[in-house]
Amino acid sequence: MDTAVHEAEGDFGPRDWAQHPPYLSPLYKSTVLRSPSKPLIPMKQCLSVRTGPIFGHDSVDPLDDDLTKNGRVNGEPIGERIIVTGRVLDESGRPVPHTLLEIWQANSCGRYVHRWDQHDAPLDPNFFGAGRCITDQEGRYRFTTIKPGAYPWGNHHNAWRPAHIHFSLFGPSFLTRLVTQMYFPGDPLLPLDPIYNGVPEGARELLISRFSIDVTEPVWALGYEFDIVLRGRQATPMES
Amino acid sequence: MSQTLKQTPSQTVGPYFAYAWTPELYGRRPLATNRLATRDIPGEHIRIEGVVYDGEGAPIRDCVVEIWQAGADGRHAPGAAGFGRCGTNDEGYYFFDTVKPGVCDPGHAPHIAVTVFARGMLSHAFTRLHFSDEAAANAEDPVLASVPADRRDTLIARRAEVPGGVVYRFDIRVQGEGETVFFDC
Repeated sequence: MDTAVHEAEGDFGPRDWAQHPPYLSPLYKSTVLRSPSKPLIPMKQCLSVRTGPIFGHDSVDPLDDDLTKNGRVNGEPIGERIIVTGRVLDESGRPVPHTLLEIWQANSCGRYVHRWDQHDAPLDPNFFGAGRCITDQEGRYRFTTIKPGAYPWGNHHNAWRPAHIHFSLFGPSFLTRLVTQMYFPGDPLLPLDPIYNGVPEGARELLISRFSIDVTEPVWALGYEFDIVLRGRQATPMES
Repeated sequence: MSQTLKQTPSQTVGPYFAYAWTPELYGRRPLATNRLATRDIPGEHIRIEGVVYDGEGAPIRDCVVEIWQAGADGRHAPGAAGFGRCGTNDEGYYFFDTVKPGVCDPGHAPHIAVTVFARGMLSHAFTRLHFSDEAAANAEDPVLASVPADRRDTLIARRAEVPGGVVYRFDIRVQGEGETVFFDC
């Protein structure tokens, strides 16, 4: 049972703005009216943000990490079955154990279950597209799912989102919260995507998963690896 | 030598998070809701509500507000108690039913940590909510003091006593006139 609240054990390192997208990224049009225009005000970290919610294993149902099973109604979902696995680490390479991941994605045709998604592509009655998982002691997570399809969106003429899976993570503190997207290697839509390109050059490649023949299961599913790095505690000068 | 890894970059939640984050609309069990406090939880029961606006004053209807707070005793409860999540509705409106937190950081006024996610926000925005009836404590609060005086009001939720109970109004303006103060911490 995870019941402890993480107490303050020192400050977390800053959000690394060389890694994260700026709020205003005009090629992604929705940022134009939704980006704070005033500089962020620096704030000293206090207990109210060095702590954070902890979701125990009871917050996850047995099928939550298998999206090929958790939406079934009358059969198997259509599409390419894949395994997505990796580790959640902090900036020092230490695993982030027992932390919650939430994912959501389009189906193999590029259609979301969401009631607003009007893309003219079929819904799959056996695919819901959302999952949850808690990392193990080594920070490892693993999902089984269907490879999502690309889909069109209204940002600009002939705009298509590259195939992606949304990831949401908590980590040990309210400050380590991260929402991101995982992409697939070799996707020709990546260089054209303003959301992916909103990330500084040199950092965006970290959002692309790696195909892994070792993770791939024979006669079953292709495997992809995607490690996620959260903000870590600042190193103490006393370290030996 | 400790290994140094780079932080994984943030990306927007996009428009289609609701079936994962607030899946009760889709007949699934939510992980967290906007009702943090059942009747038996000690403290003053309050509602926090507001509208999230964009730079032209239009409500943002695909936004998620998350909060993290101490209980009335100023302590953070074990587990995920004290965490709330609410998606805005078609009018950009959100609310939380909770208890008013006590002081959790010595020298700070009672407050709630707030995170804002939306389509069009490539990185989330972080702010904090203070209470209008804590004027004396707010005047001593080091975080409010670090904010230009003419912007401090954007961090103060306004208390109103209505027939149903106590409501604090906390609108969030992500850009433009009256822009909410967001923090880097």
